[in-house]
Amino acid sequence: MTATWSGRLRLILAPVLLGVVLIAFWQWMVVHFDLAPYVVPSPSAIWAQFTENLSRIATASGATATNAWWGLVIGVVLAVGWAALASSLRVIREASAPVVTAASVIPIVALAPVLYAMFGQSVQTARVMVAALAVFVPVYINTLRGLQTVAPIHRDLMRVYAASGWQATRTVTLPGALPFFFTGLGIASSLSVISALVAEYFGGPVDGLGHAITSAVSSSRYALAWAYVLGAVVTGVVFYAATIIVERIGLRNHPEA
Amino acid sequence: MSTPNESTPVPAPTSTSGAAIAVEVTGVGRVFGGRSGAVTALDNVDLTVAAGEFVSLIGPSGCGKSTLMRLIADLDQPTSGTVTVFGKPASVARENHDYGIAFQQAGLLPWRTVQANIELPLELHGTGRAGRAERARELLALVGLSDFGGHLPSQLSGGMQQRVAIARSLAESPSLLLMDEPFGALDEMTRERLQTELLRIRAETGAAVVFVTHSIPEAVYLSDRVVVMSPRPGRVQQILTIGLGAAGDRGEGIREDVQFFDQVGAVREALHGIAPAGRGMDLR
Ligand SMILES: Nc1ncnc2c1ncn2[C@@H]1O[C@H](COP(=O)(O)OP(=O)(O)O)[C@@H](O)[C@H]1O
Ligand SMILES: [Mg+2]
Repeated sequence: MTATWSGRLRLILAPVLLGVVLIAFWQWMVVHFDLAPYVVPSPSAIWAQFTENLSRIATASGATATNAWWGLVIGVVLAVGWAALASSLRVIREASAPVVTAASVIPIVALAPVLYAMFGQSVQTARVMVAALAVFVPVYINTLRGLQTVAPIHRDLMRVYAASGWQATRTVTLPGALPFFFTGLGIASSLSVISALVAEYFGGPVDGLGHAITSAVSSSRYALAWAYVLGAVVTGVVFYAATIIVERIGLRNHPEA
Repeated sequence: MSTPNESTPVPAPTSTSGAAIAVEVTGVGRVFGGRSGAVTALDNVDLTVAAGEFVSLIGPSGCGKSTLMRLIADLDQPTSGTVTVFGKPASVARENHDYGIAFQQAGLLPWRTVQANIELPLELHGTGRAGRAERARELLALVGLSDFGGHLPSQLSGGMQQRVAIARSLAESPSLLLMDEPFGALDEMTRERLQTELLRIRAETGAAVVFVTHSIPEAVYLSDRVVVMSPRPGRVQQILTIGLGAAGDRGEGIREDVQFFDQVGAVREALHGIAPAGRGMDLR
């Protein structure tokens, strides 16, 4: 595919160039039309704030990332465990279906204020819960689908070999479900950061990117607010890239679907 | 109407004891119940396959060839009648790993290497790592894929994947091979080469083979006997003894033989006796 150097170069160079052009245009717009910072600050002003407040931004990103991480871990563990149960027990599958459907259409973060009321404003619990719930839905749906998608011919083969239930699970069901699980995980990793961050808008302890963004805006430090947004972008990309790496390792033997 | 089966099957062309019976199907019926009514896939089928014998099942689509093979493999149970494999009920034979099987689709596990796919039955049945690797090496050589053990199935052509599936079916040196249109999805060239390979493998292993096909030349080229089936309901129409000689002596040249053409004609005639004539048939 893109084995050649020129191909690879083009693959990297093109988006970088586009980014540079867009940022240059943005800078030019702000300077040329003399836009007020509350409309949009210039990229150079944002960058200045970013480098100046790097350690504060890193701390805030760390706080949000920690919540997102625990939400991701808890959500994935619960979702995989529940999907395993649901795939083997029809009762559980059918009982869960409406709840999961409901959870997949409501924005989970809407629960944040209620959860703050339940668990208190001084702890991170509500934020972790929001992230975990948001993560649960795509991981559960995809993993369950994967566990239920065994090719009929593989099912026949397992019967031909008189394989035990566990042998069949280990040999065909789990490896077959893996790509589905990773699809869910890919969605979940971005969701965990978004959910943990947005949950901060509704209260809780005074740390994290969401809180930092709101307080920078309320004190009219718009360029700083944007610098924190940049921190959020970096955090999100790190989470996503990490999932991609884990997926590459997990699916190293799977042919590309 | 099903023609009565020959009471004594053609002796196996290999050295296996002539009296041994690999597959015995007696008065077998299979009715599938559906919402739109019942489908009689098989009706009162009798068939005996001797040890070491190569028997092809041929007939139009939907005449119950796959159903019959699945009954022998104990992947499905008959509505009436009995199926025994080496004198045991089909379920016992399956649990004893008495047969190897290959389908129209290779059905390889895409995340396993070619070698790991061939080793699968051995692995599930507790053969140690060294023994598995040794056997896989032999089988890869047998199907001409020695250089591909480390490849993933997706890196192989359809014909190569099918060879891997055949190697896998041979892994435990079964005395019975069940094959449901294993070459059906392949191009004519690959198909003829694999047919010759199958003849050679079969001569080397002395296994009995039940082979489903809808190609007349394929059935004639490979078989000791050809079972012609008719649809709705699926029945055995006629059983033809081919007699082109032992598998090991049957070379590519036999495809040009007068006797070969005679037999192809005979099978075609038997099939044309089935109304509606030739539906879904491959008359090449
Ligand atoms: N699992 C099944 N459920 C319902 N009908 C089936 C099933 N399997 C096969 N049949 C029906 O049985 C008949 C024989 O099918 P099959 O054995 O696949 O034919 P062949 O392999 O000769 O083409 C067909 O009419 C088919 O529709
Ligand atoms: Mg069929």
